[in-house]
Amino acid sequence: MSDWDPSQPILEIENLSISFFTRLREIPAVMDFSCTVMPGEAMGLVGESGCGKSTVALGVMQDLGRNGRIVGGSIKFKGRDLNLMSDAELRQIRGSEIAMIYQEPMASLNPAMKVGAQLAEVPMIHQGMNKKAAWALARQIVEDVRLPDPDRILKAYPHQLSGGQQQRIVIAMALMSKPALLILDEPTTALDVTVEAGIVDLVKELGRKYGTSMLFISHNLGLILDTCDRLCVMYSGEAVETGSVRQVFDKMRHPYTQALFRSIPLPGADKNARPLIAIPGNFPLPHERPEGCNFGPRCDYFQQGLCDRGTIPMETIQGGDRHESRCLRFRQIDWAAPPKAGKTFEKAEPGKVVLRMDDLRKYYEVSANALFGRSGETKVVKANETLTFEARESETLAIVGESGCGKSTFAKVLMGLETATSGRVRLYGEEIQDTPIEKRNTNTVSSVQMVFQNPFDTLNPSMTVGRQIIRALEVFGEGKSDRERREKMLDLMDLVKLPREFADRMPRQLSGGQKQRVGIARAFAGGAKIVVADEPVSALDVSVQAAVTDLLMEIQRREKTTLLFISHDLSIVRYLADRVMVMYLGHVVEMGTTDEVFAPPYHPYTEALLSAVPIADTRVKKKRIVLEGDIPSAMNPPPGCPFQTRCRWKAHVPGNLCEIEVPPIKKLPGGHQIKCHLTDDDFATMEPVIEIAAE
Amino acid sequence: MDNLTWPQIFLAMGERFWPVWVALALTFALSITFKRRLGLYGKLFDSPIAMIGFALVMFWVFAAIFAPLIMTHAPLDQLPGMRNASPGKALRDPQGSYPYYLLGGDTLARDVFSRMVAGSVVVIQIAPLATIFAYMVGITLGLPAGYYGGRFDTALSFVANLILAFPVILLFYLLVTPQIVQSGLPQYMAAVLFLFPILFLGVLVNSRFYVKPRFRNIAIALIVVLGGWLYLSTLSQPGTPFHLLPRALDLFNIPGNTMIVFVSVVFVNSPTVFRIVRGLTFDIKSRDYVAAAQTRGEGPWYIMLWEILPNARGPLIVDFCLRIGYTTILLGVLGFFGLGLSPESPDWGSTINAGSRLLAIYPIPALAPALALMSLVLGLNLLADGLREESLKD
Amino acid sequence: MLNFLARRLVTMLLTALCLTFIVFALTNLHPNLEKLAKQQASVRMSDAQVTSWLASHGYARPLVQRYGEWLGVVPGWTGKDAEGRPTGRCLSHYEGIKGATIPRYCGILQGDWGYSTVFREGVGGFLATRLAATGWLMLWVLIVMIPTSLVMGVLAGMREGSRLDRTLSVASIASTSTPEYVSGVVLIVLFGSSFTGLSLLFKQWGLISGGVILKGNATSAMSHITFDNFALPVATISIYGVGYIARMTRASMTEVMTAQYIRTARLKGVKFRNIVLRHALRNALIAPFTVIMLQIPWLLNGVVVTETLFSYKGFGWTLVQAASNNDIELLMGCSVVAVIVVLLTQLISDIGYVYLNPRIRIS
Repeated sequence: MSDWDPSQPILEIENLSISFFTRLREIPAVMDFSCTVMPGEAMGLVGESGCGKSTVALGVMQDLGRNGRIVGGSIKFKGRDLNLMSDAELRQIRGSEIAMIYQEPMASLNPAMKVGAQLAEVPMIHQGMNKKAAWALARQIVEDVRLPDPDRILKAYPHQLSGGQQQRIVIAMALMSKPALLILDEPTTALDVTVEAGIVDLVKELGRKYGTSMLFISHNLGLILDTCDRLCVMYSGEAVETGSVRQVFDKMRHPYTQALFRSIPLPGADKNARPLIAIPGNFPLPHERPEGCNFGPRCDYFQQGLCDRGTIPMETIQGGDRHESRCLRFRQIDWAAPPKAGKTFEKAEPGKVVLRMDDLRKYYEVSANALFGRSGETKVVKANETLTFEARESETLAIVGESGCGKSTFAKVLMGLETATSGRVRLYGEEIQDTPIEKRNTNTVSSVQMVFQNPFDTLNPSMTVGRQIIRALEVFGEGKSDRERREKMLDLMDLVKLPREFADRMPRQLSGGQKQRVGIARAFAGGAKIVVADEPVSALDVSVQAAVTDLLMEIQRREKTTLLFISHDLSIVRYLADRVMVMYLGHVVEMGTTDEVFAPPYHPYTEALLSAVPIADTRVKKKRIVLEGDIPSAMNPPPGCPFQTRCRWKAHVPGNLCEIEVPPIKKLPGGHQIKCHLTDDDFATMEPVIEIAAE
Repeated sequence: MDNLTWPQIFLAMGERFWPVWVALALTFALSITFKRRLGLYGKLFDSPIAMIGFALVMFWVFAAIFAPLIMTHAPLDQLPGMRNASPGKALRDPQGSYPYYLLGGDTLARDVFSRMVAGSVVVIQIAPLATIFAYMVGITLGLPAGYYGGRFDTALSFVANLILAFPVILLFYLLVTPQIVQSGLPQYMAAVLFLFPILFLGVLVNSRFYVKPRFRNIAIALIVVLGGWLYLSTLSQPGTPFHLLPRALDLFNIPGNTMIVFVSVVFVNSPTVFRIVRGLTFDIKSRDYVAAAQTRGEGPWYIMLWEILPNARGPLIVDFCLRIGYTTILLGVLGFFGLGLSPESPDWGSTINAGSRLLAIYPIPALAPALALMSLVLGLNLLADGLREESLKD
Repeated sequence: MLNFLARRLVTMLLTALCLTFIVFALTNLHPNLEKLAKQQASVRMSDAQVTSWLASHGYARPLVQRYGEWLGVVPGWTGKDAEGRPTGRCLSHYEGIKGATIPRYCGILQGDWGYSTVFREGVGGFLATRLAATGWLMLWVLIVMIPTSLVMGVLAGMREGSRLDRTLSVASIASTSTPEYVSGVVLIVLFGSSFTGLSLLFKQWGLISGGVILKGNATSAMSHITFDNFALPVATISIYGVGYIARMTRASMTEVMTAQYIRTARLKGVKFRNIVLRHALRNALIAPFTVIMLQIPWLLNGVVVTETLFSYKGFGWTLVQAASNNDIELLMGCSVVAVIVVLLTQLISDIGYVYLNPRIRIS
């Protein structure tokens, strides 16, 4: 590698095309993709699922599986074309010069090998290091990624570590040989937000420390803003815009990039006054790409006869720093024009109280040991502690929290899939906490319905879409005859804006967003009054998220539904919720209107959560608060305040009160409540986490 | 007349199988033409392995169907001078019947070729049906065990493991004896086992159509009357405590020893099916669409039979093919030890057993049914493998 | 872990009791006893004579009580025969031994396995010699079967869809389709018959001096095992098992090879050989281990068929003799052995699974 000059790009991809071959056809996954990464530079690759960003990464690694093949272009690493290298040469580069960090840390680590052995293997292969030295190096790197007790961790098996720790190990493994290029494929998607923040900080810091170049693949624009210098936006197998992060965020020159930014909830978006603008239509399947511009059919600036023919080249934009766009009309478009005024809505006034929870508790008994369980010691998991709140008609109440906070348990109790341990749940004044679903009358059942998280799991794969909605109608006793029910079903399809002919399709023929719509139609089949939406959009692509969210809001306005919106995504919560309830390890730590919760005083957890959420807006200034450690297990919660193990305000409370006593609920003016030992004076000193710099 | 040489024997056998060839050609021509419209079945014709397997299986199915046309002699006919006859030996005095013993004669001077073909009828009648029954039992018990878990599951799993812990041969030796047939135990077991299909269908219909009472009532009535009639006819046996139906209404009589073979094969297979279904149910019940069904207040049987079972079908279909093969092997074991079916029965296991005594001198009487059995099981296993591969490709 | 073991043992014990009781009940049905009486005394007995014979030999008492006696938790019955001499369950075994103290309990728990009516010998000792013979057979089967099948499975599974994979997969499917009574017949015809098959050819070509390549009869292996007399029975049992284990290993291996941690290893720059040996193998062998252990009781069936086919007088042959000759105590002995084998292998498979799989070995 001596003939490589460090002022040259470390990675230079030119006109790369990658295809997958099936029995029936060739499926192009990446077409005419070019990008350059300079030494020490962090390059972001952004796009929705299926756009080919991960394929690019695997192409760089030359690991496309049996069906994938590079059909054109070159990938030069330090001046040498990776496409032309032999297996042995590639092996030398993999792991030592180019390392990769993966999406799912648990699956990426060998379950039957000790962490230390997996780490030490890298220098043993590449530097021919002896075992002892390699383990010593491993120990040092484990310290570098800020894991506590490195000796214990080296001797542990991957499953003994938490998700965050596993990802740190994967990062450590990538750094063992001090690679020149690090490829990160959605490294934090599987992690909780507060854990993600720590990982992002670590990656940034290590990148700086070792001078490593990075190729950062993500669907999250906010994360790219936090980590990268440059980015490349991909759509349907092509790069559509590339440039420095600032330029692309503030002076985008491709309609897709613009549409993408308009469809994600940024601070300032409001469901009534400034609703999100969803991108119309669907992501094209690889073998159904349109002629001409791939984005054409969904583009506001589409011009017939121009955008729908030929291939469209990447063009350099004058005055930018290597800023390019794949659009024929970027010179004509008025990029400063505000979006066409969308519909605005009157703010709906919340009506009477429909649901009230009083001091609800749900404890589970689980055996301490899953495999050898049954008898022996059992542990009590306190999934919900003293949950008290009310929800009103046509109100949206968001329930925010990370994994293990008890938000799903609470939904189960409300739905009647579980009965409460103590406390009361009153639906229209009727107590339902002890009535399991089989004993509830049809009316109660149909008035509380649920929209599920995973679109690929929410529909029965072996029943047509229409049949599934009709079944719900049958069970809820809607309609008198089969014909009447079919009519009603078609009406519901209209309600969720799906073409009527979809009724006879199987779920696998639908996209994720469409499936989620069917799920919504099914939930509203019996005229639901309360809908529990359990992360309904978190598994969807950003451009589809806006459309599904809008649909929910629209139905809510029309039907005056009470929406209980469970989510971990604070951006979307801020956008659509009227009131917010923040949960941590089964406790409600803060509750109030959206404005109250998103402004100081905060509960220390809310404060950290707000700081952790990446925001794709260059104007936003955030205070960086990174929590130490992981979320404790609900099986083994800390004594006293549930958050005391990670709280940065703990020192402000005299004595070790936080470790002894569960804090009382502090009522602030306007119904805002915080479960914390801090005094009013402490609260008064809190500063806002998010500030929008004046333009 | 001269004896036939080996090439002539093969030609002659090929000729005797002509209805099978015609049927196979038709099946394949039709299936390949319409394979895109036939779902998973159509996909079989994308995989050479699956096609070979399917061809082998269908070969024996058609052989069983057209057995009367294919057989050269009646399976029990003993012709003079044909004792341990070598393959292709000409009859001394054909008298209008087929002039050769294509694969020679056995120790009792019966035609090996015809007995081999007749053996396929026994297998094709019993094996798939026994497997279906084992599935009914396994599904009806496995679904609730996996869905509810808890005590019910523990108890059922204990019983299943109990049966599985029996070495199969010991179980057969204990169950398939004349003494047991005398005691009426198979009839009692059959009475329980054969109840499952009716139960299964009844619950299947009721759980879904209770929302449309009229349709449900008609369907259930039909199931109970027709199923009940079949059930009683199967069980009813004049001269035993199970003389349940007057002779005029009794549709068919199944001899006691066939019944015991059938019952014991079902009995041996059900626990494994139970375990598979239980595992699949356990896996699928955590899906959101099951939760969706629960939250709209569906009954447990609807969820098990209409939400979980259809989505477990992939692995079950594959296992079903394998299990028919296994059942065929078990039937062979029974025959090999002379259990159950009568000694003259042409089933493959019994003929292998009979032939194995003089194996070193006259190999063909044992070899022919052995290879027949192997080719059928091989076909089923290849078919299962092809199905698995193709269903994964979706 | 100890807790787990204890619970497993209790379940095992319960299973063993249930199983032996079922076998006891099924072998002691009235028709069986009637047959026994006629075998022992006279074929032409009247029904009344049978009844009195059964009564005087202790068979007329309740089933559960007799099961208890057999087990050794209920005192053995005592009585007097027609001539007034004392008889009893525990007495019969000490006939002719003067001055022997007759124990009160004499069941399995006391080590008294009963008396074989067919072989005129104590069941315990008889079974021990037969088991030893079968032990050798099983040992060789395992030595042949396990390495063959694991190597086949790993080679097929490490590169899914390759030509090697296809070939080995079809071979293993073919072998699972060949039950012992088929492979035994084919092997004997091919190698063990001087009138047909390869032996005849080889002899004509002058390759072998004797009549057969390998012996189609394994009786001589009872006294000394040679390749000649043992190869065919071992091959017969192995063929059926090899395919099954190889299929399982292949399935497990292909699954592991597509796992993300294998990609991690590949992109770390590990050589393919080391990926297979260091990263994949251990994970891929967890499932087949269980299969192999559970296969052993299944081999028992193969043993019965093979021993019958090759006239090898081991445990399987004994079982057939006992069952077809209504030798109740011997059959009970066989069942006890079989049940113990099954339960022990289940236990070993459980413990081994926990040991191999670090994900479970946490606490």
